[in-house]
Amino acid sequence: MNIGVFVCHCGSNIAGTVDTVAVAKAALAYPEVVFATDTMYACSEPGQAGIIEAVQKYELDGVVVASCTPRMHEATFRRTVERAGLNRYMFEMANIREHVSWIGKDKDANTNKAAELVHIAVEKLRRNTELTAGEFTINKRVMVIGGGVAGIQAALDCADGGLEVVLVEREPSIGGKMSKLDKTFPTVDCSSCILGPRMVDIAQNPNITLYTLSEVESVDGFVGNFDVKVRRKAAYVDWTLCTGCGECAAKCPSKKTPDRFNEFIGKTTAINIPFPQAIPKKASINAAACLMLTKGKCGACVKACPAGAIQFKQEDEIVTEQVGAVIVATGYDLFDFTQYGEYGGGRYPDVITSMQYERLLSASGPTEGHIKRPSDGKEPKDIVFIQCVGSRDKSIGRPYCSGFCCMYTAKQTILTKDHLPESQSYVFYMDIRSPGKGYDEFIRRAMEEYGARYIRGRVSAIQPKNGRYLIKGVNTLMGDQVEIEADLVVLAVGAEAAKGAPQLAEKLRISYDTYGFYMEGHPKLKPVETNTAGIYLAGSCQGPKDIPSSVAQGGAAASKVLGLFSKDKLASDPQVSSVSLQRCIGCAKCQSVCPFGAIEMTQFRGMTKASVIATVCQGCGNCTSACPQGAIQLSHFTDNQILAEVHALCPY
Amino acid sequence: MSRRYAYYPGCSGQGTSREYDSSTRAMCQELGFELIDIPDWNCCGSTPAHAVDHLLSASLVARNLAIAEDMDVEGIVTPCPSCLKNLKTSQHRMLRPEFHQEVQRVLGRAVRADLPIKSVLQVLVEDRGIGWIAQQATAPLTGLKVVPYYGCIMNRPPDVMRFDDPENPMALDNLLTAIGAEVLPFALKTDCCGASLGTTRRDVVARLSGRVLDAAAAAGADAIVTACPLCQMNLDMRQAQINKANGSSHRLPVFYYSQLIMLATGQQGERVGLDKLCVSPFSLLESLGPQAGEVRS
Ligand SMILES: Cc1cc2nc3c(=O)[nH]c(=O)nc-3n(C[C@H](O)[C@H](O)[C@H](O)COP(=O)(O)OP(=O)(O)OC[C@H]3O[C@@H](n4cnc5c(N)ncnc54)[C@H](O)[C@@H]3O)c2cc1C
Ligand code: SF4
Ligand code: SF4
Repeated sequence: MNIGVFVCHCGSNIAGTVDTVAVAKAALAYPEVVFATDTMYACSEPGQAGIIEAVQKYELDGVVVASCTPRMHEATFRRTVERAGLNRYMFEMANIREHVSWIGKDKDANTNKAAELVHIAVEKLRRNTELTAGEFTINKRVMVIGGGVAGIQAALDCADGGLEVVLVEREPSIGGKMSKLDKTFPTVDCSSCILGPRMVDIAQNPNITLYTLSEVESVDGFVGNFDVKVRRKAAYVDWTLCTGCGECAAKCPSKKTPDRFNEFIGKTTAINIPFPQAIPKKASINAAACLMLTKGKCGACVKACPAGAIQFKQEDEIVTEQVGAVIVATGYDLFDFTQYGEYGGGRYPDVITSMQYERLLSASGPTEGHIKRPSDGKEPKDIVFIQCVGSRDKSIGRPYCSGFCCMYTAKQTILTKDHLPESQSYVFYMDIRSPGKGYDEFIRRAMEEYGARYIRGRVSAIQPKNGRYLIKGVNTLMGDQVEIEADLVVLAVGAEAAKGAPQLAEKLRISYDTYGFYMEGHPKLKPVETNTAGIYLAGSCQGPKDIPSSVAQGGAAASKVLGLFSKDKLASDPQVSSVSLQRCIGCAKCQSVCPFGAIEMTQFRGMTKASVIATVCQGCGNCTSACPQGAIQLSHFTDNQILAEVHALCPY
Repeated sequence: MSRRYAYYPGCSGQGTSREYDSSTRAMCQELGFELIDIPDWNCCGSTPAHAVDHLLSASLVARNLAIAEDMDVEGIVTPCPSCLKNLKTSQHRMLRPEFHQEVQRVLGRAVRADLPIKSVLQVLVEDRGIGWIAQQATAPLTGLKVVPYYGCIMNRPPDVMRFDDPENPMALDNLLTAIGAEVLPFALKTDCCGASLGTTRRDVVARLSGRVLDAAAAAGADAIVTACPLCQMNLDMRQAQINKANGSSHRLPVFYYSQLIMLATGQQGERVGLDKLCVSPFSLLESLGPQAGEVRS
């Protein structure tokens, strides 16, 4: 075998602390290495051309590139050797950047380690075999989880691209947070006017199957062929019969039911349609509040319903959907401010969240768009807004900026002035973060045209005083204490990961950060991909995002899925396990450790033998370490290859 | 079972808040706490020491800690939040080995600085429990409307003090409810009274303590209950000054919680020290009827 070694400088990233020339020279002494050189940027056009040229000139059978992590460029170099006429698996990478130059300062030691890593790669490559990918057909249906504005955009774009879409939303209606907003920055256009038509499109698009009041139960399979079980929770109403007339809610005597959609401002009925524009426009029963379901008597809705749709005996139903890709768009939830004692810890009725305020502003909200204090229904005159509540505060484990609260607070001061021209708004802020298009101008408008008074500083206490509230704080620009009396206090609560986000991530086998937000494939280059093939992200499930960015990501995720589905077949990874029939004793240990259910026990001439379903195997290698016989081997990572690597490092 | 604590009385207990000291000692005796004075204790340095020099302040504190370490006790208790804050802050600073070394050098002796340090209020609530205290209240203060005033340092900084909620503490609320008083919600319970500015900037105290008095009166309280000698002094002794400065006319007795516990457990007399209060509480207590004890001095 003729092996060529290429040691990359990565500019000064590697060459700064590794003597690349010396590493190349050392490589020439390793068995079967016939050519070794250093190269400035192996991944660049001339770098790759150099590799191809050497393969041809020295009749190389295999190539080692010593450079960065394989996660960065393994695919790049596999294509390079393929272009040079070799099998793509006749290639090995030695990571001398992340594993050497970036973590050590001692040049001699680094050079030594780099040479050893190259040695390991050479020994492995000597035992590589040519592998060829198989093909498998893909199921060109896509599931979108989460029906906020990001999920809606993704579903519509996929459906317009001709795909069958299954949209799963856990609330009774799609729309997400945006459906609760009154108007939206920076144009102050009506939220339901721009979102409503899109929601209707979802309901009317024949390519879209909509499951609301539903959650993902389990996910099996892999890119191209996922099996997803969805739990459709009991609505206690047969939605095939329900016409959305609302007669049931009008007659329901349980009128003190907490109103989730209205952020618990005001009450609703046990059976209800959450809001007039709900999609689907179907009634559902809140079991905890329903007199029939809790006490066994009532049934007023049964009598009221002209369609006979009420079904107290309805149970959760599990449906299985086969899809080839999944877009996760589960959004965010709001920080629970009651852990801040200085804001009253939730004890004061007129200290409310920004989302509650949106509901007060909304014409379809509990006060029909009149701003009224929750405590006494009076119109407030002085309103204090406090920003960064649960954002940028290390002490409560929320060091990040929620990104959109500066903007929506400015919007809310503008709307406040529109609703109550006599009112005065005050905003306590830490810094103003408004980097979007037209955003800073918008903040200035709130200050200059709408007279919102901005005070840079934090609030130390909110105290009730003669039916109003005294807000004590600091003005850090003036170096002074400030006290403001107000009728209403609105807290710009920050964003946190959606409830249950980590649990869903584990079902999908995608990763999430410390705060529960999902991890993108690469922070810059793969913003809507995940590290699990076939699973994509959109919107604020990946981190707080405003509507324009969420919509952009919804579209981007859809285009990734359309790209994936533009092929009829996907190449299967040949790095899978296989069983040697002679060696296998049928103990089934491999089957018990395989996390993907890729191993079946079969009969071969009357004997039990393990057998790997190649399309299901993910190449994790668990089985190879469990097998007492060494009967099951993972291609490209056989026991012999791994031992050869170990021997290269520890020859004695 | 009686519990043994080293007792750090604090300087104000020797002067302006004698009734706090005597009622605390008496209360502890009644409730089964053995308080043993730290022999030859010295001033903790109060506000001035730590304002100019942390090493000085910690050394003043450490001497007391070192003496207490030779006693056979569960920990150190003090009634005064200001002393408590100095003791605990110095102990906290001594977690840094270099600083600890430095203090020992100044002191000329070893100090472990590891005895638990708590307020009397904290051990009462934690060792005995509110339910148990309620059972001891044989003469409950039925009808007495109070607001509890914790002052600004009793629970702060929270990482050092480690007791109760720094924004909405409830220990006094619960304790006073347990002995039969009607505790009214009080938003200013952790506000500052103006503290030692009473000597240099009376206008500040008139403003800050004035607010506490206004808010207590607006809440409908008959009296304010404190656990801090300085708060008590500002609200009680300066109440007339404050009234004058603000044009108000409050006549709100300002009790130490220990005094009320004594009353509720049927004790009276000199140790309770009600006659030491500047705003006399006697007509208020009489108006409550006989259950609150025959409290005539
Ligand atoms: C008070 C306030 C005002 C705002 N005003 C503006 C504004 O004026 N302009 C602007 O651009 N932005 C504004 N925003 C930001 C805006 O809300 C977000 O940008 C937007 O809602 C993000 O959309 P999304 O689809 O990513 O997430 P979401 O709106 O949170 O939607 C996520 C959806 O997924 C569902 N879901 C969650 N978990 C699951 C699960 N496990 N299974 C199934 N479904 C699930 C949820 O029920 C929800 O329907 C505001 C935010 C707040 C808090
Ligand atoms: S967007 Fe503004 S208010 Fe929101 S967390 Fe960031 S800085 Fe604070
Ligand atoms: S390598 Fe083995 S354990 Fe891992 S997925 Fe494949 S068959 Fe299962």
